[in-house]
Amino acid sequence: MRVPLLVPMLATALFASPAFAATIEVTIDKLIFSPASVAAKVGDTIEWTNNDILAHTATVKGGWDVMIPAKSKGKVTLKAAGAVDYFCRFHPNMKGHVEVAP
Amino acid sequence: MFMRSTATLAALFFVSTAPLALAAEKPTDPQIAHIAYTAGTIDIEAAKLAIKKSKNKEIVDFAKDMERDHEAVNKQALDLVKKLKVTPEDNDTSKALAKAAKEEHAKLAKLKGAAFDKAYIENEVAYHKQVDSALETLLIPSASNAELKSLLETGLKIFQGHEQHAEHVAGMLK
Ligand SMILES: [Cu+2]
Repeated sequence: MRVPLLVPMLATALFASPAFAATIEVTIDKLIFSPASVAAKVGDTIEWTNNDILAHTATVKGGWDVMIPAKSKGKVTLKAAGAVDYFCRFHPNMKGHVEVAP
Repeated sequence: MFMRSTATLAALFFVSTAPLALAAEKPTDPQIAHIAYTAGTIDIEAAKLAIKKSKNKEIVDFAKDMERDHEAVNKQALDLVKKLKVTPEDNDTSKALAKAAKEEHAKLAKLKGAAFDKAYIENEVAYHKQVDSALETLLIPSASNAELKSLLETGLKIFQGHEQHAEHVAGMLK
């Protein structure tokens, strides 16, 4: 009699988890974020892959600040809807943009 | 190994705000490599002095960023010249950089506290501007090896980034 009980439990677990959350990949090469602009939804994760020999950040003024070490990765899960510009604190000439849908 | 003389290296410190006395002739790849490496070394030495002297967190953090970035870039430059079997060659531009750096160092060494911080960061803005323009107008157009040119182009983006970063830190001090 245990089996039928599992079904509603699993269904609850699936609905409760962010089943449709996506990971959006951004690459950093020679101080350029690419793609420079990405579209995402609340709950999605942006993951940066840094191919440079230098550390960078993805920083939003008054918002998130992600460290992306040299030859490494960094990520952020988007919590709020809206459009944000981000930049690198170490090299403020590096700029990116994210459109976050609710 | 890279530098002809360690005495020259030791003399490299700061660069004044006077424009670089650039050699009239087009530099060769071995000279360009020497100039680029020297420019990086000067900023590393400046950063080390600031890390030692400054009590201001923004200044120390900035100096650490400069030290880390320029060491990484200079290591890459060393790897490249080794691969290309190029022996960096000292030249008038490198000498002018070294001379100006020595003068700036002497000036900064006498300063303390907020006066040091202000002079250091203002020199960082001016210095990066100078190197940007040397890269843009002389070094990149003169480089004949494609990999060296590409390294310099990335170097230019890094220096431009540092210049903006320095301007931001200078703005916070005011
Ligand atoms: Cu950066």
